Amino acid sequence: MNDMTPIQTTLKDWETDQEVRWCPGCGDYAILKAVQRTLPVIGAHPANTVFVSGIGCSSRFPYYVESYGFHTIHGRAPAFATGIKLANPDLDVWIVTGDGDGMSIGGNHTMHVLRRNLDCQILLFNNEIYGLTKGQYSPTSRPGTTSPTTPLGSYDRPASPCAFALGSGARFIARAFDVSKELSNTLIAAHAHKGAAFVEIFQNCIVYNKDRFDDFTTKGTDDKQLWCKHGEPLLFGNAKTGSIKGLALDLDTLSLKVVDVIDGDWQAAGVAVHNVRNRGMAHMLVEMPFGPFPMALGVIYDDPAPTFEGSVALERQQATAGKTADLGKLLSKGQTWTVEPEAAHGLMD
Amino acid sequence: MATIPADQDIATVAETETPEAVVVRFAGDSGDGMQLTGGQFTLSTALAGNDLSTFPDFPAEIRAPQGTLFGVSAFQINFGSSEITTAGDAPDVLVAMNPAALKTNVQALKPGGLIIADTGEFNKRNMEKAKYEASPFEDGSLAKWEVMAFDISALTLEAVKPFGLGNKEALRCKNMWTLGLALWMFDRDRQPLIDWLNGKFAKNPVLAQANIAALNAGHAYGETAEVAGPLKKLHLDPVPSAPGLYRTVTGAEAISLGLVAGAQLADLPMFFGGYPITPASAILHNLVRMKEFGVTTFQAEDEIAAICSAIGASYAGQLGVTSSSGPGIALKGEAMGLAIMTELPLVIVNSQRGGPSTGLPTKTEQSDLYQAVYGRNGDAPMPVIATRSPSDAFECAIEAVRIATEYMTPVMLLTDGYIANASEPWKVPDPATFTPFPKTFLEETNNAEGRVLPFKRDDKGVRPWIKPGTPGLMHRIGGIEKALDSGNIDYSPAVHQSQTDARMAKVDGVAASIPAQEVTLGEASGKLAVVGWGSTYGPIHQAVRRARRKGLDVHHIHVRHIWPLPANLGELLASYENVLVPEMNTGQFKTVLRDQFLVDAVPLNKVSGQPFAIAEIEAAIAKFFDSVPGNEGGEVLVNEGQLPSPEAHND
Repeated sequence: MNDMTPIQTTLKDWETDQEVRWCPGCGDYAILKAVQRTLPVIGAHPANTVFVSGIGCSSRFPYYVESYGFHTIHGRAPAFATGIKLANPDLDVWIVTGDGDGMSIGGNHTMHVLRRNLDCQILLFNNEIYGLTKGQYSPTSRPGTTSPTTPLGSYDRPASPCAFALGSGARFIARAFDVSKELSNTLIAAHAHKGAAFVEIFQNCIVYNKDRFDDFTTKGTDDKQLWCKHGEPLLFGNAKTGSIKGLALDLDTLSLKVVDVIDGDWQAAGVAVHNVRNRGMAHMLVEMPFGPFPMALGVIYDDPAPTFEGSVALERQQATAGKTADLGKLLSKGQTWTVEPEAAHGLMD
Repeated sequence: MATIPADQDIATVAETETPEAVVVRFAGDSGDGMQLTGGQFTLSTALAGNDLSTFPDFPAEIRAPQGTLFGVSAFQINFGSSEITTAGDAPDVLVAMNPAALKTNVQALKPGGLIIADTGEFNKRNMEKAKYEASPFEDGSLAKWEVMAFDISALTLEAVKPFGLGNKEALRCKNMWTLGLALWMFDRDRQPLIDWLNGKFAKNPVLAQANIAALNAGHAYGETAEVAGPLKKLHLDPVPSAPGLYRTVTGAEAISLGLVAGAQLADLPMFFGGYPITPASAILHNLVRMKEFGVTTFQAEDEIAAICSAIGASYAGQLGVTSSSGPGIALKGEAMGLAIMTELPLVIVNSQRGGPSTGLPTKTEQSDLYQAVYGRNGDAPMPVIATRSPSDAFECAIEAVRIATEYMTPVMLLTDGYIANASEPWKVPDPATFTPFPKTFLEETNNAEGRVLPFKRDDKGVRPWIKPGTPGLMHRIGGIEKALDSGNIDYSPAVHQSQTDARMAKVDGVAASIPAQEVTLGEASGKLAVVGWGSTYGPIHQAVRRARRKGLDVHHIHVRHIWPLPANLGELLASYENVLVPEMNTGQFKTVLRDQFLVDAVPLNKVSGQPFAIAEIEAAIAKFFDSVPGNEGGEVLVNEGQLPSPEAHND
């Protein structure tokens, strides 16, 4: 099998000779750089790395990474990735998708790749709009989004990718945004997780849905970001002004509440400590409404389980133990009979 | 069908006293175990050395309400001492386990044929369910047949009494009682069946003994009843077959085995992505148990994921295979285009059924030919192969793997519900006689500057196969039009023209690697060629054989390679005055032949969910010799007497 020894690469080694064709200012550029910066850090080997994508702006991604790449069809990247990983479990498989590709046309495959827990990284670029088809609203668009197909504003309720992923049985959920310094660390954690790692990356579509995430991604909005870190209290706020808040569990309603932290004493304020293996907490963190609550970012849930390709390999091992691949024997399985050369009829079992 | 061809007609019971072939139909309620009875009778027939062909006919409902007309399940077998290629036009013997089974099947029985019926089930309630106003045994409606009606239920209960089974369980042994009688009628050895029952009920020896007792009782009944009734013991001589080892095989089994053999010959592990659908699921069921041959099976979340995972596996260096039936194939269309565009090997098996839409899930049709040849967006050429019988399916599957890997292309293998479920004797091939076609992967850069050119074509227009994981050969592929050689995105006008031409030339070039079309029966020129493809092989072959015996200048050509067509086919067809194309569709292959060769192919179409009867094709042949101009071809009228009966309401 392939040589999996980590090797030394630089960001340059992961750039292709292809001209990047996203719109100037698109958030995808920052994500591409973050990925290319991360791959050397994790010791990835270009020959053993495969980027698989569907259709959409995000799905052009594989063309720009100097590794193996497969730009497939709309929404189906997880299915291709499943075949690739089962055929060669040594490959490091990255799926790049978007909110239309992964949550709409390919929602079914997203669900099943997570449920099966195929060892791969799923990067869902969420820009809450269809970019490549010129600006139609998407399954993650907020109500009231005006677009060519919703000129009076959309009214259907959006899907929450992380909540969907958790509901599908994902064992790793993380969130970041395109220009965040923390994106690379989030990707490192996703890669370290053995199993399907789901990362929602808020991405600014400069043309069709500009600045949609400004409330928590621009300068001066740090106090709206809650970066989840395992074993640390769920704190957010402005360190400079001293206005620190935290998330505590309201036992009366079994839901989260925002509490003020006085003089840094978060214990006194009852702030919860983040545990990446707490599935119930993960649900609350991804579902809490932005505005009254901050945006939960970083590794929200990380609790490994047996992988799909591992189970397939184990079953193969057990099913084939002591068996040889004897084609002649296979073809003549069951009850047979022999016709003798003189056309006399013989009977045998 | 691995028998020595005998250019002779098959005489059946009704025609002579010592028949060469007999058609028996077992019909009963879905819960009566008719498919199992038929399967075991098939096995004993094969072991007795008769050639045979079967036609399982069961409802779409898993457990339809008991005793109803639409809950009838039937199994037909045609067997005899000369070559058998169809399941038979009309049964000589009908075994009816209840009123509904009699009602739905009796009209198909040959005049003078024998009805064996279980009177124990002909109570008021069951007769009402079958819409009989009076007992058919008393109202004279069965006058043109011989009737052996007796209480099989009571006889079975009596036979299994010593084993202390409950009434319901005891009655379940009825099918073995009936089988025992059938084995007596056709002079069959009971021992293989007894062995099988002992194996099947190894954990419950009482059930095994009860079933064996029922079997023996049915057999004994035949011996006793012989003197009195119309029951006659018939012995059919073994068919003169080519020497060798034989077994029975269904189309689904043969395809599974052929795919495994093909992957071994290509020296590749195989990945099978499938999604449950009638009548294709059996292939997935079979392959799941062949893991030691490097087979990975994957039950995907839908038809699309099934093919996409297979393409992913092909991309990663395995032989990707997917399988479905018409509606599922429709869902896979876009992914097939991607496999064509990225030039990856893939085998797509289509077990055709009646359409459009959900259509007739358990009935047979050949109406996916347009879908196979033309059914994708863009100019998307893809080789198509059609199998003609269960045993032929083995070779076809190997051929599909060969073309897919040799030409780096998806290939569609067409079979149908009839072939998938039917079984026939098969001369087990010796793997040592197969010609391997090992596939190699590109391991080093393939241009002078040390670059990798994933779309650099060889003299056959085929690109190299490059496995991810190979050092130094990193590259990107996808569904967007691509530059020559490098495969980088490029949809400039000249490039698209050139790549479209290259993809087409590559697939057209497959014709150079396939055998010239042979005349299946007859000579290479004459007055009439009957041209078929797929499962119409049997009825066409028998009809042409009968016509030739009458001295008619008729020839049978059966085409395996639907796309590209064999290089000599156009010239061959031009050497006949007339070309008749019988198909279980509205004329799809006829259109392809007309388009490709400008030949005046005359269609003969049947779309009733029933296979062609030999007589129907014989009648169509006769119209070319009756001196009446302009009456040739057209639609075969629905034959109300043919099975499956329209009353069965199978959906």
